[in-house]
Amino acid sequence: MTSSEMKGAGQPRVGLFATCLVDLFRPSVGFASVKLLQDAGCEVHVPVAQTCCGQPTYNTGDRADTREIAEQVIEAFEGFDFIVAPSGSCTAMLKKHYPGLFAGDPAWEGRVQRFSDKCFELISFLTDVMMVRDTGAELQAKVTYHDSCSGLRELGIREQPRKLLANVEGLELQEMQDSDVCCGFGGTFCVKYSDISNAIVTKKVGNVGASGAHLLLAGEVGCLMNMAGKLKRQGSDMEVRHVAEVLAGMTDQPPIAGGSK
Amino acid sequence: MELAAKHFKTAAAKALVDAQLQKALGNVEKGFIGKRQMAADALPEFEALRDNARDIKNHTLAHLDLYLEEYERKVTAAGGHVHWAETAEDARRIVLDICKKAGARTVTKGKSMITEEIALNDHLAANGIEPVETDLGEYIIQLRGEHPSHIIAPAVHLNKEQVEGDFRRVHTHLPEGRDLSEPVTLLSEAREVLRKRYFAADVGITGANFLIAETGSSVIVTNEGNGDLTQTLGKVHVVVASIEKMVPTLEDTAQILRVLARSATGQDMSVYTTFSTGPKRPEDPDGPDEYHVVLLDNGRSSMLGTEYQDMLRCIRCGACMNHCPVYHAVGGHAYGSVYPGPMGAVLTPSLNGIEETGQLPNASTFCGRCEAVCPMRIPLPKMMRHWREREFERNLTPATARYGIRAWAFVAKRPKLYRMAVSLGMPILSKLGGSSRRLKSLPFAGGWTRHRDLPAPEGKTFLQAWAEQQAGKQGAAR
Repeated sequence: MTSSEMKGAGQPRVGLFATCLVDLFRPSVGFASVKLLQDAGCEVHVPVAQTCCGQPTYNTGDRADTREIAEQVIEAFEGFDFIVAPSGSCTAMLKKHYPGLFAGDPAWEGRVQRFSDKCFELISFLTDVMMVRDTGAELQAKVTYHDSCSGLRELGIREQPRKLLANVEGLELQEMQDSDVCCGFGGTFCVKYSDISNAIVTKKVGNVGASGAHLLLAGEVGCLMNMAGKLKRQGSDMEVRHVAEVLAGMTDQPPIAGGSK
Repeated sequence: MELAAKHFKTAAAKALVDAQLQKALGNVEKGFIGKRQMAADALPEFEALRDNARDIKNHTLAHLDLYLEEYERKVTAAGGHVHWAETAEDARRIVLDICKKAGARTVTKGKSMITEEIALNDHLAANGIEPVETDLGEYIIQLRGEHPSHIIAPAVHLNKEQVEGDFRRVHTHLPEGRDLSEPVTLLSEAREVLRKRYFAADVGITGANFLIAETGSSVIVTNEGNGDLTQTLGKVHVVVASIEKMVPTLEDTAQILRVLARSATGQDMSVYTTFSTGPKRPEDPDGPDEYHVVLLDNGRSSMLGTEYQDMLRCIRCGACMNHCPVYHAVGGHAYGSVYPGPMGAVLTPSLNGIEETGQLPNASTFCGRCEAVCPMRIPLPKMMRHWREREFERNLTPATARYGIRAWAFVAKRPKLYRMAVSLGMPILSKLGGSSRRLKSLPFAGGWTRHRDLPAPEGKTFLQAWAEQQAGKQGAAR
């Protein structure tokens, strides 16, 4: 079935949870997500009552505020067939961590589980739910792909982006060493433990540079900002983008943290 | 050792610029990760074994009182003695008493993190008894007056040139011109020196990897055989072990052994796996005359029934720290506690309280690699987060982080206010980025910009731009 046929009947209604970093820093990823979802045959909605998934408060130990934020997200999104986010960590928050926030609360337990079951990370949603094999994008580029931790280890996302990238005309994937090792971002970690974060990201961008690629991709804007920021500080001309931008064929916007020196 | 976890940041900063240390830490990544992966890949049932190991320990912890009592009965029946130590102080006193009764002047020690936890060596030395570490790594750091920086590779923070220097400094009775340039020559020199100490020692002290309720046995795994000499050559063998080392049966022990060495060093089994049950029997050719077990609680029983109970499944393989990017960056000493790395970040607050140790569970990116490799499937990041929650509830979170996060929450919980704030703020921040699309510095963002540029936002927020695009489409359609 082509995507246009699917649009006719029973098009899945998808609520796009843009994530705060995409919303604030990288709207291109939001538009790329919309395009990919629409091309896959989804009806895409962007609820205005979205701010943050609650990871910053959750990982600081502020459980009460996290729960209030979670209630707000659930209320804004639970009416959709699917909730999709272009981020592994925000999706893991919605999908894996929200239920625990409501454990022991019968008024919410069933409701949050129904919500969490419908949450998906963008790329794996495309491949695993919408059965997309080829997004039809073209890009002449040697790219390397960083596996962001939450997506990889909490959601099992590893092959999905690689499969789609393999079908991007002209694109060549050059795996870096230790692509599955943390980039040192870690949300507030990167400012709380700035020096340690720097040591970790320095090692990471060393591997990025040694890969032979000139475009770094990942599915997580936090990690991308961290790695792009370090690469630019080092004077590297490596370009950095969210994988959705490439898969959607939307690379007109300058890369994250700008282009060459 | 003195708890110095609150100085983690300072210690970490020093570690990051310590060239010797950084060189040595490279070996952690090279030495352990690939070998564990190969060992795991070579065993089709490895993941099932992990589940099994987890279940065995969960069962044991749920019935720990019964298994401990059964264990005591079996040790006693085999002619041994069990001593219950609620605190580190109790344990030190008990061990010292045993050593004094044996008239001990020197004791040999197998590798044991529990004796580090109770600071046994200092206590023995202060009472005129010389402790001699017999594990090569432990021996080296004892010569240097240091503490282990890793739970299975205590001297992993050192390079072989440093060890050579220590041996030349201490082993002055050996010829100066001898070759100590290779690990193997270092090992044989340590062996030669230590061999004499085994025979001179009155008491041998070991830890235990497992205590088996079914048989009353203690089990140690080593690669050097030093543990066996320690426990069979002395007149008295003292096992110092914490209560969660309990497993019900020999079969259970065999199950967990299958994941232990594979997770630790990538070996199928350690070179020596030694089971000890009671003292020498009349028909035995050798063995100690007395066999004592000091069972240490030191805060562990208070973890039972809490969100930290799963930590008691830990079998001390070290895989979590071997795979931790923070450990790789700063090494074990920076943690300022007996137990470094992810397992230490959970266990140390459990044993010592969160007041002085809050840095440890915070110093994690939550990358989850520790949990991914833990043979006992301990949810380490989740428990670190629980410690952050305990901190937050008790107002122990540093003020800037606390007020910062509450301010963020205040706005995040009010979508209209949030929308207004970010719709005004992001375009300004975007302009500040100029044509380079990045900022070299920004007030209040020093934590970020000290080491990296801040990518500039594109301009309008996604929701702003999306709303405008949708309005445009509707306008065009009208």
